[in-house]
Amino acid sequence: MTSRVQKEAVMAKSIDVSDVNIYYGDFLAVEGVNMTIRAGAVTAFIGPSGCGKSTFLRSLNRMHEVIPGARVEGKIVVDGQDLYEQDVDPVAVRRQVGMVFQRPNPFPTMSIYDNVLAGLKLNAGKMKRSAADEVVEKSLRGANLWTEVKDRLNKPGMGLSGGQQQRLCIARAIAVEPQILLMDEPCSALDPISTSAIEDLIHELKDEFTIVIVTHNMQQAARVSDDTGFFNLKATGEPGHLVEFNPTKKMFANPDDPSTEAYISGRFG
Amino acid sequence: MTTLEEVQTRVHVPLVQPRLPQQAPLVVGGIAAAFGALLLVLGLGIVGAVILGAVAYLVALPVWSLVIEGRRGATDRLMTGLIWTSFAIAVVPLVSLIWRVIAKGAGRIDGTFLSYSFFKTQIDQPVGVYHAIIGTLLVTLGAAVISVPVGVMAAIYLIEYGKGNKLAKAITFLVDVMTGIPSIVAGLFAFALFTLIFGPAYVSGVGGSVALSLLMIPIVVRATEEMLMLVPDDLREASYALGTPKWKTIVRIVLPTALGGILTGITLATSRVIGETAPLLLIAGATDRTNMNVFDGAMTTLPVLIYGQNLRGDAPAEAIAWGAAFILIVIVMVLNLAARIVGKIFAPRTK
Repeated sequence: MTSRVQKEAVMAKSIDVSDVNIYYGDFLAVEGVNMTIRAGAVTAFIGPSGCGKSTFLRSLNRMHEVIPGARVEGKIVVDGQDLYEQDVDPVAVRRQVGMVFQRPNPFPTMSIYDNVLAGLKLNAGKMKRSAADEVVEKSLRGANLWTEVKDRLNKPGMGLSGGQQQRLCIARAIAVEPQILLMDEPCSALDPISTSAIEDLIHELKDEFTIVIVTHNMQQAARVSDDTGFFNLKATGEPGHLVEFNPTKKMFANPDDPSTEAYISGRFG
Repeated sequence: MTTLEEVQTRVHVPLVQPRLPQQAPLVVGGIAAAFGALLLVLGLGIVGAVILGAVAYLVALPVWSLVIEGRRGATDRLMTGLIWTSFAIAVVPLVSLIWRVIAKGAGRIDGTFLSYSFFKTQIDQPVGVYHAIIGTLLVTLGAAVISVPVGVMAAIYLIEYGKGNKLAKAITFLVDVMTGIPSIVAGLFAFALFTLIFGPAYVSGVGGSVALSLLMIPIVVRATEEMLMLVPDDLREASYALGTPKWKTIVRIVLPTALGGILTGITLATSRVIGETAPLLLIAGATDRTNMNVFDGAMTTLPVLIYGQNLRGDAPAEAIAWGAAFILIVIVMVLNLAARIVGKIFAPRTK
């Protein structure tokens, strides 16, 4: 009974961010971020390199603190729970907030099949062969990789091309069915066809997951996202901050802040 | 206007420069060898002749090159020559040693030598080194059983948990110090330890294992550290992002990725300690019988047997020593080969 109730409760979650400061040691990297990331929508972060959008993304599933000395102040609330409260287990957070990285990073000792199942096998232990096959096919189809690898599932994941490896990583991330999926420039290593496949995939996935994506590609942000946040540095050496957070349509048509408009239209400075 | 001047003053670098003929090193080498041979005929010793021949080569070729090719070419020839010379200096003793051991030792190897011990039940019974082979294998295996878990776990702490903190720095320093411990001191430590626990005059194989593990642990720690550092952080982060706890990430992702290198390091550490004599003389003792129990009684290992036979000095004893040395080298080579094969098998594959 309980499990059914839990199963029904598992769905996309919104994220409420208030007054978040992110540090590397004594260095304040991102300052004073406030936003609400809607459930079941795609939120894109854009901004120049080094403005802290990736850092902020990594703080959403407590990956930021993996780096020694890194810490986060403020509140990031998912489903009524502050992720940075004292007794929150970062491992449990990461099970519900999945992540796809900029550089593809399949596990080199595992086959394609095992890579997709890595999250489930590492955390849930053994599963039935038929169930495993199903998860692998579903996840690989989801990542638009199934037709390319279905005949060589037992070959090493490292043998795939860069674009295929990244889609394998996406398959691996969605295989554990997180509520929120973070993507850190997931398409920067992919060709246009794979990129468009991933963008289609993002559209499909947003019914099930809340998706947050960091991208350098403004067209991509415009194509895939419902909301957009623009990060910028106040000046060189100053911490990054959130300049504007608005629905993507408004952001690209009629932004509130002049610097947003300058950045989006390419007249940055 | 300035651009035109610049163009005119720019140094013209010809793409074609005079070069020595391709066989130049061979020709000079041949002449140097002939020079050495001449010196040998004139009554100089073999060592002197080889050294003077090498010097002649190292002088003649760069000078010729300096005349024809210029400074850079000459330096290149000189450094190439020096590097080859160093290589030869490093390899010659090794080859000569292996050659000697094979020439003197291989002939002594036969079925009896491998299957009999020194312990005679009849006056005319043949002797062999079976007891020492067993002793070497058991003592070294014991050392590996102690050092591998300790060494690998210490390295895991240093790389995965202690990164840069004071305790880790202290451990790294101590490991470096341990690398330099003279083996006899390790033997004394084991001797003192077992005397404290079991009273005086205690000898056993496991005591030898403890002494050897003292020498082996720092090598295993170092090798494992190097391999763990090679595992990209991307993989750890990928695993964390799937909600995998840190310990499981280490056991299931990091260690398998580094396994080939770690196993190679362990095998190299094993072959490093398998030839130790001094500490084993102290704590493992020597016996003529085959002792299968590492926890009780003296155990002879091959190096200790070689040492003992060499002390006796008569011709049969010397032959046994060479035969035992041959077996020891074969064991070490097999270990190294095994390390390579194992390393290949466990290396991350792409096909």
